[in-house]
Amino acid sequence: MGEEIYQALAGIVGKEYVSNRPEELYFYAHDPGLMEPHQPDYVVMPKTTEEVQKIVKLANEKKIPVVPKGGGLALTGLVIPLRGGILIDLKRMDRILEVNEKSRYVVIEAGVTQGKLKAYLEKYYPHLRHSIPDSPPIATIAGNVLIHGQGRLTQQYGYNSDMVTGFEVVLPTGEVCKIGSCSISPYWISRGPLPDLAGLFLGWFGTTGIVTKLGLKLYPRKKLRDVEIFVVENEELVPDVLFRVTHTEMAEDINIWAQPYPLIFRGNHHITIYITGDTDEELEFKRKMIWDALQDYIKNREGGFMALTPDIKPTFLDMPQKSVTRFADVKRGGGFEYSGPFIPVEKYPQAYRKLVETASKYKTTFSSMARVIGRSHCMMFAFAFPFNRADPDDMERVRKAIHECNEAALKMGAIPWKAEVPLQKMVLEKMDPNTRKLIEGIKKLLDPNGIMNPGNWEWSD
Amino acid sequence: MVELKLNFDESKCLRCKTYDCLVKCQFLGLDREKAKVEMEKIIKGEDSSVLNDCITCYACEEYCKFGNHPFYLIVERQEAKGILPAPKPIIKQWVQMGELTKKEKEFEVKPLKEPVVSLCFIPALQPLIQGKLFEGVSTICGRHIFCNVVYLHFARSSVIKERIPIIVENIAKYKIKELICYHDECYGLFKSLAPAYGIDVPFKPTHLFEYLYNKLKENEDKIRPLNIKVAYQRSCSSRLTPEKEHFVDDIFNLIGVKRVEREYDRENSLCCAGIIRLHGNYELYNDLQKRNVEDMKKFGVEYCVFNCPYCYMFLSERVSKNGIKPIMMSEICRLALGEKPVRWV
Amino acid sequence: MKEDYLNQIHRCFRCGYCKFPSDFSDWNCPSYRRFRFDTYSTGGRLWLIRAWLNNEISWTEHLAEILYACPTCRNCVEQCPMGFSADITDWIVNARGEMVERGLVLPAIRDFLDNVRKHGNPWGKARSKRGAWTENVGVNKYKPRDEYLFYVGCIASYDERVQEAAKSFARLLNDAGVKFGILGEEEECDGNEVYMLGEKGLFQMLAEKNIKKFKELNVEKVVTFSPHAFNIMKNEYPKLGGNFKVIHYTELLLDLIQKGKIKLSEFKTKITYHDPCFLGRYNKMYDVPREILRSIPGVELVEMSRNRENSFCCGGGSGNFCTDLLGGSEESPNRVRVKEAYNTGAKILAVACPSCMTMLEDGLKEEELEEKITVKDISEIVEASSKK
Repeated sequence: MGEEIYQALAGIVGKEYVSNRPEELYFYAHDPGLMEPHQPDYVVMPKTTEEVQKIVKLANEKKIPVVPKGGGLALTGLVIPLRGGILIDLKRMDRILEVNEKSRYVVIEAGVTQGKLKAYLEKYYPHLRHSIPDSPPIATIAGNVLIHGQGRLTQQYGYNSDMVTGFEVVLPTGEVCKIGSCSISPYWISRGPLPDLAGLFLGWFGTTGIVTKLGLKLYPRKKLRDVEIFVVENEELVPDVLFRVTHTEMAEDINIWAQPYPLIFRGNHHITIYITGDTDEELEFKRKMIWDALQDYIKNREGGFMALTPDIKPTFLDMPQKSVTRFADVKRGGGFEYSGPFIPVEKYPQAYRKLVETASKYKTTFSSMARVIGRSHCMMFAFAFPFNRADPDDMERVRKAIHECNEAALKMGAIPWKAEVPLQKMVLEKMDPNTRKLIEGIKKLLDPNGIMNPGNWEWSD
Repeated sequence: MVELKLNFDESKCLRCKTYDCLVKCQFLGLDREKAKVEMEKIIKGEDSSVLNDCITCYACEEYCKFGNHPFYLIVERQEAKGILPAPKPIIKQWVQMGELTKKEKEFEVKPLKEPVVSLCFIPALQPLIQGKLFEGVSTICGRHIFCNVVYLHFARSSVIKERIPIIVENIAKYKIKELICYHDECYGLFKSLAPAYGIDVPFKPTHLFEYLYNKLKENEDKIRPLNIKVAYQRSCSSRLTPEKEHFVDDIFNLIGVKRVEREYDRENSLCCAGIIRLHGNYELYNDLQKRNVEDMKKFGVEYCVFNCPYCYMFLSERVSKNGIKPIMMSEICRLALGEKPVRWV
Repeated sequence: MKEDYLNQIHRCFRCGYCKFPSDFSDWNCPSYRRFRFDTYSTGGRLWLIRAWLNNEISWTEHLAEILYACPTCRNCVEQCPMGFSADITDWIVNARGEMVERGLVLPAIRDFLDNVRKHGNPWGKARSKRGAWTENVGVNKYKPRDEYLFYVGCIASYDERVQEAAKSFARLLNDAGVKFGILGEEEECDGNEVYMLGEKGLFQMLAEKNIKKFKELNVEKVVTFSPHAFNIMKNEYPKLGGNFKVIHYTELLLDLIQKGKIKLSEFKTKITYHDPCFLGRYNKMYDVPREILRSIPGVELVEMSRNRENSFCCGGGSGNFCTDLLGGSEESPNRVRVKEAYNTGAKILAVACPSCMTMLEDGLKEEELEEKITVKDISEIVEASSKK
């Protein structure tokens, strides 16, 4: 069967773009995180929706698992083929199909990377931008929205998944389906007011189909961008600081980070507030509003704005921020992973204390990285730990630390984000049984042969 | 460890006729009578409005005719009374910034060929050490030689007193005869702050400007006079060692640069206000920077020449936006020798 | 040493920055662009090297292909955000060395190395013909009273097209009154590609032969035609006792132009310049060739969007100009690059490297762009301008 499938795949994508060689199987079995590797049987790289469709039909016919992959940077093993099968690397599908300037949206193929879209808009549409995350630029737009990723515009406009205006999707049974306004119109302006079928694919980790195209909202890009970092010692103050800043509606993005090293940062919480404007006046107005909102803290000496000199500032203004990726080298170990649940902002102090306690228990260093979602509607709080890939003991301690943080997060009412399989099971266990049943039912309906990224969102009583 | 004591002679203050230290202050607005009253309170360790209102610009160190260190005394009193010129987390951050790691405490003393230029703990200065003026120099840079003078802005005399004996000892380990201080504040440490606390400095500190002047004289035949007008931004730390100020004019005369006689220069210099922003006073920061740059602009200067890298970093953006090119002193000297300035921060 | 890099190679996070230029606008890793499997990017390569050396995977020809398909262009060194970025190409070269030591190289690589060992060039052409290109050109053997040893290199010595460029340079030197000479059949391969292919023993032998010859002739200044030779003689020969003043030919040309020894007349055309990796990213020389072109009256210099430290490698490095591991597709880097050059509207694609010249000329033929844009060496452009 192996050779027959190989030849069939070669017939679809061309011999150059299919592999069952040990090197590709080894590499695609891993992701940069801590999850155990599992090898696919084949790696294919289609160029068109038609090729994807043919692959899926073949897989359905032969009941072979299929795993769609973009950048593979979720770090929680979401594109590790747990049951082998065909891993589809979508990055050859990298065309930017349309930019509708006046309606501010772009239509792209699933393999378009964050970096490519950023560069394209900067060159051809300098007054438009998308909500870029801090993952490395190889991360795909599709991969990020499909896991409810966040980016620089999340504080203003919600999750990156909220910015989707439509999909083209290959269903597990091989049909190609249009989702949103593009299903009845040439415009990809909106998901509604039709029944919102995008929800059948967002957050499902590829278990309900393969997105081959998407429409994404774009937003105004202002000429100037600046950053302020407000520092407090006491974690209890962070929620109120965020409440005040979000009330002003002046900020572009708000991140909060805390880490014990380098020493300069130890014991403080850094609330990084970005502002944009087309003129100095606009920027200064926004800056003033934010400073005014925090005057009480400054006057009673509980908080203050950090000095950001021209040699340091570019690090924070970089998009994506390379310093986030460099966290992987803190232990000179080539890795980091994080548990990044969505928590109510008021839970920040509790989450932070849990992080410190867990890091100490497992004798590892840490960083907390959080991003405000919406007007403080919630936040993504990352319990982040670097690990040394060459030290199995260190990796195991970090695994345990993350597991403990996952458990604590669930207990405090948090919602796990891009959960790895063990955490998915914990989520399903905790979930309302009818909700769980609905998830199972939808999966069964769309994927009767269970070929789509099996092992994910699976529950057995 | 013996607690270091400030060389302050209260009798000098008590017989002072002018109280210039507080009267000349650009921010306090005190007349002689009020200044006398407040100074007496400070000397006695009582509460004084000066301790809360001081913006830590160091100017009174220069204004005092007796060299009696009124500013260092103010800082000690601020700390004793728990007065916080800056928010607590900011002070914490800055104090932590200067704490030596285990590795830094056990640093390897690499033999250095003189002349040696100290870059303090400002690695960003390294790209500026190039060209004819710096041929053959060695540099040292790192937390282990960080001058720690900045803690005067945060009412942390205790940190200064704890660390500067170690810093002086660290430099002494290099067994060099002379240390050229790129950072004005380092020079202020060795010539003013350390002696004020009775610490001997076992090497000769030389200010960068003196070094530059001497090197320019050696290369006088290569100088192409620039024939330009500049504004000079005098750093707060210049107030600690005003005796070296003549080198600024000496250098400018050599290289054909006219230092415009503006309002906010020399003894009436305005602080770059970077620290004031850190303290949390955005309005004052904005006002000071605006006034300072307007004062430069009205003379139609081409450059603003900086002494201190931190003044540069805090003020250069506003200077540039107003059509004036920011440049460090060593860079304008290199320009006069026909060298291309570094594309710095 | 194997331990040195084996202790570090796990630090690769496979973040993928190595695939891009600074602005992320395109794929800038030549082997990733060609093959598109993640295994062909630097991150993939480093993970596979580690897996192989840790015995998680066995050696196969495909593994060797992946390892040798890297032209060591250093885009990854330039883009990697991690603290070890400067060491990346060394790790790849060391891993190749491991394969060489174990006798596990591809046939094309084996043949390349054997030919260099036996004949002093990768094609196995007669050593005695190395200096044959100088017939009727007025180039003599180097004598101790000459100012410069003109080190020609393998490609310029044997490739007919590149020989034309070498002749242009020689004529310019003669017209400017520069005293120079070559080694001819006594010239040994400089060893840059051999070094990059991991055959350190052979490299050392070649370098030592050259160094001995240069010293015997009291050579002080070497001007190289190829940036590959420039790179290895400037950076590695000193470690073996070869301390000479080594410059690339564009540096000498610019000096002669600035001193008025080469006079330039109007040469009205649009030119785009391709930064060779061994001049650019390896040795940070971006401005000298551009200054030459800008000094020619009438030349309009336009930049490709990927230029200077973001230059997209032609794919010729690590011996690929001979072994052609990146060929055979419209995604081959040389074909991608010539299209990029053509899209600038330039009429001439200027090069300063023999390897780039051969690769990009081939690319033009495969893209059928020969009528639309031509590849010219900088020496040829300068000669054309100076003759008018």
